[in-house]
Amino acid sequence: MIRLALLFGLLATAAHAEIITLASTTSVENSGLLARILPSFTQTTGITVKVVALGTGQALALAARGDADLVLVHDPDAEATFAAAGHVHTRREIAWNDFLLVGPASDPAHINGTHNAALALHAIASQQTPFISRGDASGTDAMEKRLWRRAQITPFAPWYKEIGGGMGAALNMAAALDAITLTDRGTWLAFGNRRTLIELVSGDPVLINRYDVIELNPSQHPNINAAAAARLADWLTSPAGQAAIGDYQLAGEQLFHPSAVQILPKP
Amino acid sequence: MVAAAEIIRLSLAVSLSATLLAGSLGIALAALLAMTRFPLRRALIIALNALLGLPPVVVGLALYLLLSHAGPLGGLGLLFTPAAMVLAQTLLALPIVAALAHRVLAAAWSTYGHDLQACGASRWHALPALLIISHRPLATALLAGFGRTLSEVGAVLIVGGNIAGTTRSMTTAIALETSKGNFTLALGLGAVLLGISLAVSASVILLTEDQRP
Repeated sequence: MIRLALLFGLLATAAHAEIITLASTTSVENSGLLARILPSFTQTTGITVKVVALGTGQALALAARGDADLVLVHDPDAEATFAAAGHVHTRREIAWNDFLLVGPASDPAHINGTHNAALALHAIASQQTPFISRGDASGTDAMEKRLWRRAQITPFAPWYKEIGGGMGAALNMAAALDAITLTDRGTWLAFGNRRTLIELVSGDPVLINRYDVIELNPSQHPNINAAAAARLADWLTSPAGQAAIGDYQLAGEQLFHPSAVQILPKP
Repeated sequence: MVAAAEIIRLSLAVSLSATLLAGSLGIALAALLAMTRFPLRRALIIALNALLGLPPVVVGLALYLLLSHAGPLGGLGLLFTPAAMVLAQTLLALPIVAALAHRVLAAAWSTYGHDLQACGASRWHALPALLIISHRPLATALLAGFGRTLSEVGAVLIVGGNIAGTTRSMTTAIALETSKGNFTLALGLGAVLLGISLAVSASVILLTEDQRP
């Protein structure tokens, strides 16, 4: 009971410090980016950021209920729907990287080095090469579904496996089953269990992966700390924040390309 | 990577708090069910036993909806805090402790209840003696509840949010490291978890052991 009282006590004191909750897509958190750059934001502003890492769909659902002060996601379609529902104050792009198809080095669908995502998917479908789909309404899942639609292919079981899991779960399963999957580059570079997986297809302009920071509409969500959230969004798009994002490297590779150039108009 | 010590500390604080809460509530409920008769008592016992199969992820989701800003308890500001994790684990451990303790206390009450009340003591005066008589199997019930709280991941992930340094527990950290493909680190944390469980159950068994040769 004393421990519990202590916990509640901690909560009470925490409420006075500036703390905001950032609902973030998993890739920016699990790749280590936020852990690297947020301390300097906290140092300058005194605002502590609690990061809840979720798929984009879940992050937006959470924010729609007022459970986050700020959102960092990567699914333009879902973001547009979210904006249409009146949840968005501003939406700004902060960085981009790319999606890529990874699969076994044996390359059963013969797609290694292809720079055309649609052609690669046609090869995969005609060979019925095992393909792992996230199936979790995340930003990556939405991108994958869009790619199949653009290629005018309806993938089907059993070679197409919808696992309803995160990026890490999909990569682990692809590694175990010698299957192909679509991944964001950040998670891929940080991933520790590649086994025979290699990068197979990248470089198609449709594979661009843009990350947006979304400030929530305070009139819809009066409970959020909009002022502190705005300071984080401003910092992420500021020269200092952009430099921090661009400087982050893993295994000698830059994970995120800073790209804050414009403020999208209010919906 | 937040220091492992912080993760272990949080896991222990949350699990022990939840076990304490579920233990006191569960044993009180079990005593009530064992020593008294009231309408719907049997229904309550059946419900309690059915809840042994309560899926953690459902508890997590229900609690999330309650604690969410848009939910009825949103004003408490408990979402994504250790307190929310304690609540979730308490809900999960409560049926385990209560159902097991009820079996223990019902048997003890039917054996000793008459004698304990013989000297004119009321039912509630007999309760401490009944608990002392049953302390070993009750300790096992508490250990079962503690095991549930320490090992649970689905519910604390949803209501805690797995926030580094705030609500990242051993189990959510293991799930995270597994998703990153860092199996060695995940297994290492798993070994620590097992070690803690071993230490706790060893201390409880030794403390409640029959001292006579």
